[in-house]
Amino acid sequence: MKRNGTCLITGGRVIDPSQNLDTHADVLIRDGRVAEIGKGLKADKAATLDASGCVVAPGLIDMHVHLREPGFEYKEDIASGTRAAAHGGFTSVACMPNTNPVIDTPGVIDLICMRAEEAGVVNVFCIGAISTGLEGKDIANIGLLVEAGAVAVSDDGKGSQDNYVLRRALDYAKMFGVPYISHAEDKRLAADGVMHEGHYSTLLGLSGIPSASEEIHVARNAILAELTGTPCHIAHISSAGSVRIVREAKARGVPITAEVTPHHFALTDACITTYDANFKMNPPLRSEDDRQALLDGLRDGTIDCIVTDHAPHSWSEKQVEFPYAAFGVIGLETALSVACNELLHKGVLDLRGLIDRLTCAPAHILNLNTKGSLRKGVDGDVTVFDPDAETTVNADTFASKSRNTPFNGWKLKGAPVATVVAGHVVWNARAASKAEA
Amino acid sequence: MTAATKSKRSEPPPAAKWTHRHLLGLEDVSADEIRLVLDHARHFKEVSTRDIKKVPALRGKTVVNLFFEASTRTRTSFEVAAKRLSADVLNITASGSSVTKGETLIDTVHTLEAYRIDILVMRHAASGAPHFLSRHCTSRIVNAGDGMHEHPTQALLDLFTMQERGKSFDGLKVAIIGDIIHSRVARSDILGLNKLGAHIVLCGPPTLVPKRFEEFGAQRTTRLDEALDGADVVYCLRMQFERQQANFLPSVDEYVRLFGVTAERLKRAKPDAIVMHPGPLNRGIELTSEVADSARSAVLDQVTNGVAVRMAVLFLLAGVN
Repeated sequence: MKRNGTCLITGGRVIDPSQNLDTHADVLIRDGRVAEIGKGLKADKAATLDASGCVVAPGLIDMHVHLREPGFEYKEDIASGTRAAAHGGFTSVACMPNTNPVIDTPGVIDLICMRAEEAGVVNVFCIGAISTGLEGKDIANIGLLVEAGAVAVSDDGKGSQDNYVLRRALDYAKMFGVPYISHAEDKRLAADGVMHEGHYSTLLGLSGIPSASEEIHVARNAILAELTGTPCHIAHISSAGSVRIVREAKARGVPITAEVTPHHFALTDACITTYDANFKMNPPLRSEDDRQALLDGLRDGTIDCIVTDHAPHSWSEKQVEFPYAAFGVIGLETALSVACNELLHKGVLDLRGLIDRLTCAPAHILNLNTKGSLRKGVDGDVTVFDPDAETTVNADTFASKSRNTPFNGWKLKGAPVATVVAGHVVWNARAASKAEA
Repeated sequence: MTAATKSKRSEPPPAAKWTHRHLLGLEDVSADEIRLVLDHARHFKEVSTRDIKKVPALRGKTVVNLFFEASTRTRTSFEVAAKRLSADVLNITASGSSVTKGETLIDTVHTLEAYRIDILVMRHAASGAPHFLSRHCTSRIVNAGDGMHEHPTQALLDLFTMQERGKSFDGLKVAIIGDIIHSRVARSDILGLNKLGAHIVLCGPPTLVPKRFEEFGAQRTTRLDEALDGADVVYCLRMQFERQQANFLPSVDEYVRLFGVTAERLKRAKPDAIVMHPGPLNRGIELTSEVADSARSAVLDQVTNGVAVRMAVLFLLAGVN
């Protein structure tokens, strides 16, 4: 991946929450870094990107994706996953450790970084395992993982089931300054559930996953974060109770943060009445009351950031009977549009708030000091999007290898227009549509 | 007077026309459509009393019984029903998930459809499997039981049996006792009875009868006597012993003590109350032999009526373009 591009983005509305900036100006990126923001900028030999009518924001960061490489390249790989990220307006992604082999040794991080250099389109950061093999028994070599580049540790997909091991892991992780990202789920309570336990699971005869299975772990994590002082980030928060627990913990000063996915703030368990496995994910889509609580959490800052939990699965893993289908949906190419449609245009967040939750907040949580901002000197990653563009989701056109989206066919207001990474335009919708024409 | 002649004839003839391509459950079937099926079943029941128990209604049609779960009663009932309508019948049993077999359910059914079949009767351990399949196939689908979701033809034959035993649905008190949460029969019965105006009381321990069932218009109690008080129909569900291992129950003995229907306890129900069970019944557990073999028991009527109701369903589906 080339790292020192020069690019002039002209005529857009520049919004950068990190410096409280909202102005109509040009943005110049020189040698891969933000050089200047101002009116009437000129730059010789620079690629020029016309952003008129669009918002120019710091490059979006998705701190929760599954790139599936190594081990599951039939679903996605670093090349296709980062292309999908670029198409969705993301300039950086952080990939979860539940690969095969698991990201629990520096060698796997080296491999991913090397593949990202060779074939990646956007920046790739690794999240290391907190326990060896994600088995929840032995603490992983967190120090070596951080040294190799891990920006956080997590047991994503499994959830740390042993409170003692987690306590020790958090104590240990503290010296490296990386956050713990919690997949909050008590597996015994979730049992064999395949959707949210509620009215619709009762009607459909599907085993339910109670909200309590998540909330017990969120409460535990808050308690252990307070005990150890290690920052705890709640992945894909989904229930009203979890939001309440995080809000109360934050008010007490506990180092806890939380993220939400577009599918959880846009959809509910009522969508499952057709038994379409593209609505099957973990945590499950919950009730309308839960969804409203997530929106409240975004409004008041209890929920810090928006992530996709991009989870590609092949056709044969989804086009089966609902209980047998794999959990998870993709989201990189729809997240910004869904967020604009459901949050911006429905008055949950303003543009500044929306951009903050997709840029500054994840950069802050992962300590990415040169990301999530357009301050002079930081990495020249920029996302250009049109918040009013009308678009129809068509999974057949996705850059991702997988098609398991619950939003296929949705008409949405808001769309990414161009993605710039280190001064290189890695995706430009207008150029792409001209090429198609 | 026979049971059949005792049934209410005062209800108006059903005005509905059957328009569904599939019978996936009773959730999207209207009260009038249920009455239409019951009315057809009454006519088809007469066929089974003839010397030659066959009509040509489905001659030239092919019905496939595709059973992914072990079943003798339901499968043979569908087979008899289809044959009495002169259909050609293919019985296929398959075990386990289509995924573990290495072939998807869609591929399995596309293979069958290459034989130009007309109606697919499917039982599957996964809730929603027939609904999923209905988006991918051209034949008509009859749900013969999907996981914990629905078993619509069982509910229709239950309703038919109640009606035949002289019960009018409006205000009818039906006590359903046992493992409600895991029962597809209970779900379909609740949906069907609700549409027809019956009063449903669900009874069992809270682990098996969660409060959420009240959202479906059913009353809920943990006391058997309360459920039986003034009941017109006492519907016992089969005790699934694996629930004991899964900590839904402390023991079968305790279940029998608290929820087993005996002749003594049945005295709380109306004098003409009937006792029903989808079978196979565990004698001495859900109900005593004294109750199971009494004149109040409609268990064998349910079996007989299953054929008539399934004939009606197959006939109606075959007629939909």
